[in-house]
Amino acid sequence: MKPRYKRFILVVVALALLTLGAMFVLKAFRSNLVFFYTPTEVLAGQVPQGQAFRIGGMVLEGSVGREEDGLTVRFEVTDTLESVPVQYTGILPDLFQEGKGVVAQGRMNAQAIFIADQVLAKHDENYMPPEAAEALERARQIKMDNQ
Amino acid sequence: MTPEIGHFAIILALCVAIAQAFFSLVGATRGYVNWMAVSRPSAYVLFFLTAFGFCCLVVSFLTNDFSVLNVASNSNSQLPWPYRLAASWGSHEGSLLLWVLMLSGWMAAVARFSKGVPKDMLSLILGVMAIVAIGFYSFLLLTSNPFDRLLPPAMDGRDLNPLLQDPGMVIHPPMLYMGYVGFSVVFAFAIAALISGRLDTTWARWSRPWTTIAWAFLTVGIALGSWWAYYELGWGGWWFWDPVENASFMPWLCGTALMHSLLVTEKRGSFKIWTVLLAIITFSLSLLGTFLVRSGVLTSVHAFATDPERGVFILGFLVFVVGSSLLLFAWRAPKVGLGGRFSLISRESALLANNVLLVVAAASVLLGTLYPLFLDALGFGKISVGPPYFDAVFVPIMVPAMFLMGIGPIARWKKSSVPELAVKLKWAFAIAVISALLMPFAMGDWSILVSFGLLMATWIALAGLVNLWTRLKQMSSGEDRTLLGSFLAIPNAYYGMLFAHWGVAVFIVGVTLVNGYEVEKDVKMSLGNTVTIGEYTIRLDALKDLKGPNYTGVEGSMAILVDGKEVDRMFPQKRLYTVQQMPMTEAAIDTGFTRDLYISLGEPLNDGSWVVRVYLKPFVDWIWGGAFLMALGGVLAVSDRRYRRASQDEENRGEKTASS
Repeated sequence: MKPRYKRFILVVVALALLTLGAMFVLKAFRSNLVFFYTPTEVLAGQVPQGQAFRIGGMVLEGSVGREEDGLTVRFEVTDTLESVPVQYTGILPDLFQEGKGVVAQGRMNAQAIFIADQVLAKHDENYMPPEAAEALERARQIKMDNQ
Repeated sequence: MTPEIGHFAIILALCVAIAQAFFSLVGATRGYVNWMAVSRPSAYVLFFLTAFGFCCLVVSFLTNDFSVLNVASNSNSQLPWPYRLAASWGSHEGSLLLWVLMLSGWMAAVARFSKGVPKDMLSLILGVMAIVAIGFYSFLLLTSNPFDRLLPPAMDGRDLNPLLQDPGMVIHPPMLYMGYVGFSVVFAFAIAALISGRLDTTWARWSRPWTTIAWAFLTVGIALGSWWAYYELGWGGWWFWDPVENASFMPWLCGTALMHSLLVTEKRGSFKIWTVLLAIITFSLSLLGTFLVRSGVLTSVHAFATDPERGVFILGFLVFVVGSSLLLFAWRAPKVGLGGRFSLISRESALLANNVLLVVAAASVLLGTLYPLFLDALGFGKISVGPPYFDAVFVPIMVPAMFLMGIGPIARWKKSSVPELAVKLKWAFAIAVISALLMPFAMGDWSILVSFGLLMATWIALAGLVNLWTRLKQMSSGEDRTLLGSFLAIPNAYYGMLFAHWGVAVFIVGVTLVNGYEVEKDVKMSLGNTVTIGEYTIRLDALKDLKGPNYTGVEGSMAILVDGKEVDRMFPQKRLYTVQQMPMTEAAIDTGFTRDLYISLGEPLNDGSWVVRVYLKPFVDWIWGGAFLMALGGVLAVSDRRYRRASQDEENRGEKTASS
């Protein structure tokens, strides 16, 4: 009887640990999901306050400017309908360019400026970041619905 | 003509694979000796044809044949020749050709080095691999032919993605693929064992070296990829939890678990069903990785084109392979007997716990990687799962596994006891705790995370030393041997284990110290300006124009000063690859044993100054050093004499190792 009893305890303990682990994993998972919004959705107030999210679209032509310190960059992300001002401190990726696709991750501040802590551009000349493409596509849909 | 000949060779290879699968599998299950005899030579023919086809593609690249679409879109006459060579596997089509080249290479290796395996088993193994091969050759020929012509021919090529123009990228894909595809061998062994019903310790012994060597290749491949990201992307990070990285990391985690469970299956006959399941899962994850990276569902430097047809093909093949092997598993596994029993405190238990932890870790990575893709595919919008999730989940799961790495190798098979282990390991643990508490002070700043990371690293390293010492004493006391004699008499497999575990310790040191003490500064610099980081002062002395074979750019000349004296000079570059008009940052890195100094040029500002990024990364090279030690351990284990010896004295050897 004894070895069987031991094995039973082993199985129960293992299952308990696994359940605990799974709960822990799912909790960490839920609190670290980053949602994506287009500029139109951001300006329509669909973004939950105080939460980090991603915004995507094109860098508006002529919108890139620098602060005095040379490190802080301001630009606008547009989906062709609306645009959101973004501020980022640091070095931009090599392929960040006006009129090209961009994705930024961060939060809105009280002045309705998106403070980005990460800016992503595409990996080579051909492809758009999928979020940026999605933002343009959603804006195109809205335009078509309005016509 | 060359591309057509290559194309023809690959078509022939597909026909050979079909014949091989048919004759091998039917022959083996029906017992037709003549049919089984086909499997071995056809593996050689398959390899020869594929290698020939591959060479044809390489020739097209080296001779700048821009009438081939693949060459025209991924190469350029200005491109230096090593990168033209690498460009032949830099595209989607070329990398798939590399995939099948590796697969046929592994098949030829199995045919060559499996003399001890019975004919019908070998025939089944090669037959299963041939089915995998059929899937990939068809994929190659139907959806991604690397030999397609371009009419009219291009005047010049569109150049290789500048990110890939790098020595690390020349060897990263072949290494990674050797690993990915190498797991098809142990998968085929498992399926063959399920079909024939011979799921025994001999099967585990045959499988082990193949698993270990594939794992070693995968380890090197992942480490090279991480190293490349570190110096080429210009961010200075070494791991991003990017889906593409995860795609290679999941098979690595399961492959690690598989190596350890194969050990138990060979030595003790336990865990058989689990081992088979792991073999299937590991290879399935390799296929899933190929699907994720090659289908275009992920956007990254690896995803070349979003072609739904390709994605559907690989997905279909993935479903076929996973589905049919799991079905076979469900049908056959209940007939497999249980192995030797073991108690709660034993090496088996430690290895079982290690397996569970590794698989849970792989599952959590899988969740974070696939969930966003599912949501997107189902139209629920786009989300992303950031590195904080992976950090929060992965580290706590791996901590007990690292703790067990100290205990497992010392615990006895079958039954061990806590007091016995405590006696053996108390000093190792005490020294680990004390040094972990003190060492952070030497770095200047004490923090709990650093201390804990160092505890794990020193614990693993010291427990390995204790293990080696115990074993040496045991060997020299039993027989009349000197310490050196015993040192030489210990089999390579044992040293392999030690080195791999020490590799993990070195890796942990690197990760802990770089996370704890790295200094990053983004600054604006004009000529003559200085920036101080750690003990170093960096001065921008000059900026000069740069002209490479296929790029132009700017090179900064930086003086590195310590106490006002110049000790070194570094030259970070900003390049513009002219064909694609693509800018690239080439960081200047001064690599040292205890730290890397990392300088990269950001962007020029209007007043002629530059945004410069300066990093001090303590012990960062230990991360990759640790990975290479792990791989070295794998190679040592495979080089063990007993894999080359005939397997007759298997029984008594099993007894010996069980008692040690």
